[in-house]
Amino acid sequence: MDQDASIRTILRKFVLEELLLGDSSSMVADDASFIESSIIDSTGVLEVVSFLEETFGIRVEDREMLPENLDSIDNLAGFVTRKQHVS
Amino acid sequence: MCGIAGQWNPSGVQVDVDRLEIMTRALVHRGPDDEGYLLQPGVGLGHRRLSIIDLATGHQPLCNEDEKVWVVFNGEIFNYVELRKDLEKRSHRFRTHSDTETLVHLYEEYGLDFVQHLNGQFAIALWDATLRRLVLVRDRVGIRPLFYARLRDGSVIFASEIKALFAHGHLDPELDAQAIGQIADLWVPIPPRTPFVGVEELEPGHILVLEPGRVTKRQYWRHQFPRVNEYEDRPLSYWQDGLRGLLEDSVRLQLRSDVPVATYLSGGLDSSILTALVKRHHINDLTTFSVAFADGRFDERAFQQTMVEHLGTDHRQVEVNDASIGHDFSDVIWFAERPIMRTAPAPLLALSGLVRDSGIKVVLTGEGADEVFGGYNIFKEDKARRFWARQPNSTWRPALLSRLYGYIQRDSRGQAFWQQFFGKDLTATSDPYYSHRRRWENASYVRRHFNSDFQAAMRDSQTAISELDRYLDPDRAKWHPLAQAQYLEMALFMSCYLLNSQGDRMMMGNSIEGRVPFLDHRLIEFAARIPPKFKLRGLDEKWILKRTFADLLPGSISRRPKHPYRAPIAACFSGSNSTLTSELLQPDSLRRTGIVNHSALAKLFVKAGRVGLSEREEMAIATTASLQLLHHHFIDRDWKAFADSCRRPAVESRSFLPT
Repeated sequence: MDQDASIRTILRKFVLEELLLGDSSSMVADDASFIESSIIDSTGVLEVVSFLEETFGIRVEDREMLPENLDSIDNLAGFVTRKQHVS
Repeated sequence: MCGIAGQWNPSGVQVDVDRLEIMTRALVHRGPDDEGYLLQPGVGLGHRRLSIIDLATGHQPLCNEDEKVWVVFNGEIFNYVELRKDLEKRSHRFRTHSDTETLVHLYEEYGLDFVQHLNGQFAIALWDATLRRLVLVRDRVGIRPLFYARLRDGSVIFASEIKALFAHGHLDPELDAQAIGQIADLWVPIPPRTPFVGVEELEPGHILVLEPGRVTKRQYWRHQFPRVNEYEDRPLSYWQDGLRGLLEDSVRLQLRSDVPVATYLSGGLDSSILTALVKRHHINDLTTFSVAFADGRFDERAFQQTMVEHLGTDHRQVEVNDASIGHDFSDVIWFAERPIMRTAPAPLLALSGLVRDSGIKVVLTGEGADEVFGGYNIFKEDKARRFWARQPNSTWRPALLSRLYGYIQRDSRGQAFWQQFFGKDLTATSDPYYSHRRRWENASYVRRHFNSDFQAAMRDSQTAISELDRYLDPDRAKWHPLAQAQYLEMALFMSCYLLNSQGDRMMMGNSIEGRVPFLDHRLIEFAARIPPKFKLRGLDEKWILKRTFADLLPGSISRRPKHPYRAPIAACFSGSNSTLTSELLQPDSLRRTGIVNHSALAKLFVKAGRVGLSEREEMAIATTASLQLLHHHFIDRDWKAFADSCRRPAVESRSFLPT
């Protein structure tokens, strides 16, 4: 499994188990917006960022708190890969 | 529900019956219906009864088959039906149908472990004549009170309320400045400390055993949470099913009563869930009670009305205002027996008066749900600050705090200040008091309103924290941050303040028994195992509770953000409301007492009239006002005259058991 695939596996598990509480019928595609799908509300970003920091050992800066980085599995995967590449 | 009192004399010398009667009758408000006594060499037990279960034969003290084990008790054993069945199988013979009688047979069967079998809220005094052993027990979280003091002659007196100990006549009332200092810092005195020198409370979940030559105290129950990484991995449905089953069963047991039961309906989530469960499953013609505030900032009657219409209950409310709170505050302190930092108990005393006038003796309340399921802002604040602490330079992260406290949003100019406030010691996340440190440091502002001599006697805040370290469970360091914060709220604020100053005392002051189904110990233990993510989801409080019972409630109630229960303070004691309290806050009275710095207090009242006060300034006023009242009611009182007033028989029916 390449690195991107393993990151996506971890992210999908997080979305399903922690954000959707195991409700697989509500599971979304990798490119679906969390906010538009009502998976998280505005404070739910706290959970997403906490998860990234604890799981991948990265630090999320204020300027990175953008939908392009955080608002779908695709965006998260790209963001984590870029951050890990930098560090 | 009742009041108990008694004396234990290790030398075996006969207890003074006159003083025993006085102590017991000082508690007449807790038990207006009946009284009874036991006198045996070395011990005297007294009981005032509020008849609720087994009206005909529930008289106390009660004994076992051979009259070797006797008991008086205050409270309810909710699982007494099940316990009795089991004990009868083990050949115990019952004389009554009361829950009280299960205690003596359980003790015969299991010895001191009998308490592990009890589901209830209780303060128990049990006498084992064979061993000449007196056993005092208090329920797991301190729903019912119990105090004791050691006298100079080596005997021990105990009672449901402190006033009974002073009425005895051999204990001089003296304020414990260190306890007052702890209240200024932590909002509570650290058990077993009370506001009075020489008076101790029996800690919740503890059993005290007094035998000739040996006095031992041990903890039989404690709050326990999983270690931070050891929560069970189970689906949400498992936790929801367990929660629903346990709360429904707790409500079923707590409705056991031979007199009608009503509920308090605040308009918030917890009492709404509780009332809905009672109405739907048990009592169709349910009566509900609530407080309404003339001051709209505190009033919740629109939400109460929503629930009343949704459920169709017979609803009654008492409206309180600044003047009525100012007037009632004196009685509040007489019953609460301690300084308090807020006036919020006063409306609840008025409410229990309405319950009594309605001919009802028992009410169920939603107390405990905020602690057990994570409802308070302080839990969210802790979570948001820990999140911010991982990126202290972030400006986005602290903005989460602005969702918690409306005043932050209203005043953008103050932003720098509140960021500084919440940012202090931001990264000290390994501090075992991280969740509460900001609140405590803010509260200690109250200390500045005491005279310098009294401040010195209070000792510093670090001394209080060291004492707290010794009282609390060292295992808590291994728990999840939310569990640690919940534990502090439960062990301190809930057990040492809410359940008594705002709960038991404000109800018993009007001879009303309160019951708290959210604090069934099975539910507390189960909820402790629920992973934190299901309690505080994002910053959404009591998430699993709302989700599990949403179908019982209108959306406007289940989706409603938590509304903290508060009452006005400074306005209640201003000069325009002439009450005992406002008189006691005049410079002459303050000088006479010598505790409060009257110029500091005067400045607060001037400021209150001009621009209004901050929360901690209001708390300084409530604390000093209640301290003045405490002095008036307990230090200045002529206890001999009080004892004389207790001598008059309060009821005709009374009995002395064989000596």
